[in-house]
Amino acid sequence: MAEKMELNEVEVWDGNMAASQALRQAQIDVVAAYPITPSTPVVQNYGSFLANGYVDGEFVMVESEHAAMSGCVGAAAAGGRVATATSSQGFALMVEVLYQASGMRLPIVLVVVNRALAAPLNVNGDHSDMYLGRDSGWIQLDAYNAQEAYDLTLMAFRIGEDVDIRLPVMVHQDGFITSHTAENVRPLSDDEAYAFIGEYPMVNAMLDLAKPVTYGVQTEEDWHFEHKARQHHDLMTKVFGKVEEVFDAFEKKTGRKYNIVEEYFMDDADVAIVALGTTVDTAAYVAEKLRKEGIKAGVVSPRLIRPWPHAQMMEALKGVKAVACLDRSSPNGAMGMLYNEVAATMYQSDSKPVITNYVYGLGGRDFTVEHAENIYKELAANAEAGKPTTPLQQFIGLRGPKLSFY
Amino acid sequence: MSEIKKIKNLKEFSTSADRFEGANLLCPGCAHSIIVREVLNATHDPLILAASTGCLEVCTAVYPYTSWDNSWIHIGFENGSTAIAGAEAMYKARKRKGKLPKSCEGKTPKFVAFGGDGATYDIGFQWISGCFERGHDMMYVCLDNEVYANTGGQRSSSTPIGASTTTAPAGRVSYGEKMMKKDIVGIMAAHGAPYVAQVAPNKWKDMVKKIQKGFETEGPVFINAMSACTTEWKFAPDDTIAISDLATDSLVFPLYEIENGTKLRITYRPKNKVPVRDYLGAQGRFKHLFKPQYEYLIDEWQKMVDERWEYLQRREEASV
Ligand SMILES: Cc1ncc(C[n+]2csc(CCOP(=O)(O)OP(=O)(O)O)c2C)c(N)n1
Ligand code: SF4
Repeated sequence: MAEKMELNEVEVWDGNMAASQALRQAQIDVVAAYPITPSTPVVQNYGSFLANGYVDGEFVMVESEHAAMSGCVGAAAAGGRVATATSSQGFALMVEVLYQASGMRLPIVLVVVNRALAAPLNVNGDHSDMYLGRDSGWIQLDAYNAQEAYDLTLMAFRIGEDVDIRLPVMVHQDGFITSHTAENVRPLSDDEAYAFIGEYPMVNAMLDLAKPVTYGVQTEEDWHFEHKARQHHDLMTKVFGKVEEVFDAFEKKTGRKYNIVEEYFMDDADVAIVALGTTVDTAAYVAEKLRKEGIKAGVVSPRLIRPWPHAQMMEALKGVKAVACLDRSSPNGAMGMLYNEVAATMYQSDSKPVITNYVYGLGGRDFTVEHAENIYKELAANAEAGKPTTPLQQFIGLRGPKLSFY
Repeated sequence: MSEIKKIKNLKEFSTSADRFEGANLLCPGCAHSIIVREVLNATHDPLILAASTGCLEVCTAVYPYTSWDNSWIHIGFENGSTAIAGAEAMYKARKRKGKLPKSCEGKTPKFVAFGGDGATYDIGFQWISGCFERGHDMMYVCLDNEVYANTGGQRSSSTPIGASTTTAPAGRVSYGEKMMKKDIVGIMAAHGAPYVAQVAPNKWKDMVKKIQKGFETEGPVFINAMSACTTEWKFAPDDTIAISDLATDSLVFPLYEIENGTKLRITYRPKNKVPVRDYLGAQGRFKHLFKPQYEYLIDEWQKMVDERWEYLQRREEASV
């Protein structure tokens, strides 16, 4: 039996430690992992928990991220709790197996510390890897700070392992900004955390020798569509309710409230920024400030990125006149991911806001208060004009000549 | 340790378990199915199985059917080994925690991964190497048909020199494959694996002995199984065992085992050694070698096989 760890009411953890503590408290059976900056400490911390008797599962240090996810899939199919962590190139190497994991309905938890994708090689944070995984059939949750990384990782197990859901879950946090910044985190005790997540429900376990199962069959045009449609259907119809239920249970336990779509100052907002990760806090800080100058600014953030919270986003942006979607990933030949999602959602709304796309912060480039202020001011002008007053897509914080499109 | 299954004769052996159904989509005469049956029938123990993408996988688990009466998983082309390693790790973890399903009581499942030569020698090699270095308690069986059969007969690094394949075809100015077959058995033995062996389905007693030995071994076991492919080697479906006999009796495919990375033992010495020419001549993939401009290769083949046999015998003698 693993020893329990005595935790203080408030611990000083960075995002990586927060995530690894949640993995420890979940008492995972198998972690198959491979190190990569900036998520390496998640794996290292877990190794040290093991070395000190705080976990008693199997810790398999494999030879690549592809193998890490392959081992996780085999382990999860065998029947037990499984998790790992990665970033960037490691995430990219996992992509093939991410689809396998979700297609086989295996509730694996993946801590993703977001980082840019090469080339050029860069170890810092942006959302290229997060976006790369967005069609892989995983549930994707986004944390803005270490506390949330801890909370959401705990909740991820309960969401993904639910017998009605049985889908893998990613918990995202921003590389370095969250993963390496020490903050105050209020943990649950080991017993409380484990009780919250619950025992792993063994479903279709290869290890149940009385009931052999087949995973990863061949289907062609005769059945493939039905399988994929069922997976999508379950994502679209079951996950929102389950996530809400788990968020509610967590609030009852801790007082910390999470929403599928987070809103800041949105009750009467004319203009809004839609963003992810640490940028949400920056935008909210600026929105509050600008309200004193008479700009009715707000922030909207999809806590749940997949499945995409279409209805909740529409509700959150109802009546807003101008919206800026901030994408922290090179769109590489199109409008950014958030722009596309939000624009598609709002096209169906009665109030069609003016929507613009800002690409920012690639490879760890700072996003400043000044950047947010300028965006809000442009939004205010758009709201007033009822149409874009600047190009639809712009790069902000970029050195050299201004780049903008459309 | 579990009780070793006693096998009296081939008839009893080939019908003694229903773990792999005759109902599958493999070509008539495909040696993959014979090998799989021989492996699964060699033990009473429960099995947890994986297959890599390839003929075996696509022909045996076409939804909503399966030919497997054990738990079975396919992930991708390269990672069948790691899937089984993950399952084995889960078994260990839950056993330690006392959280195995009730059905595991008094039973010890064995973990086996199957892969073609493409999945083993080429794309999946890194994964297998990783599993062996980490010492998972598992068996990896390579179904070595010396070609990517499932995708229509492209060369792999197991394809022997002179074979005509779709990506190394024989033609007016080419005799087909230019490279030598990779020595996968030697490479796997060099991992220090406790048990590594080469087997062929026609020598079923030898095969069963080795599989049973493999199952009794703790740690990673590698089995390279020669798998004659009627479609790509181009012979009649009822000649599978005859072709296999030619392979083992010409010593093109010698049968031996290596323990702990060093101790090599030859397990079959043909009473009447057959010329390599007879083996090559029986298969369409080598047909062009009998044209005057390429015939010199047949002699080179013979020389190569003789040298390899000499090497194996010396290693056996030296016990290193
Ligand atoms: C990543 C990846 N690359 C390529 C393929 C295509 N592919 C599927 S099976 C196969 C060949 C299988 O050959 P082998 O492993 O020798 O098995 P065999 O079919 O001969 O039994 C290939 C190239 C794939 N499925 N996945
Ligand atoms: S192509 Fe060859 S390996 Fe594939 S099923 Fe047919 S005989 Fe077997």
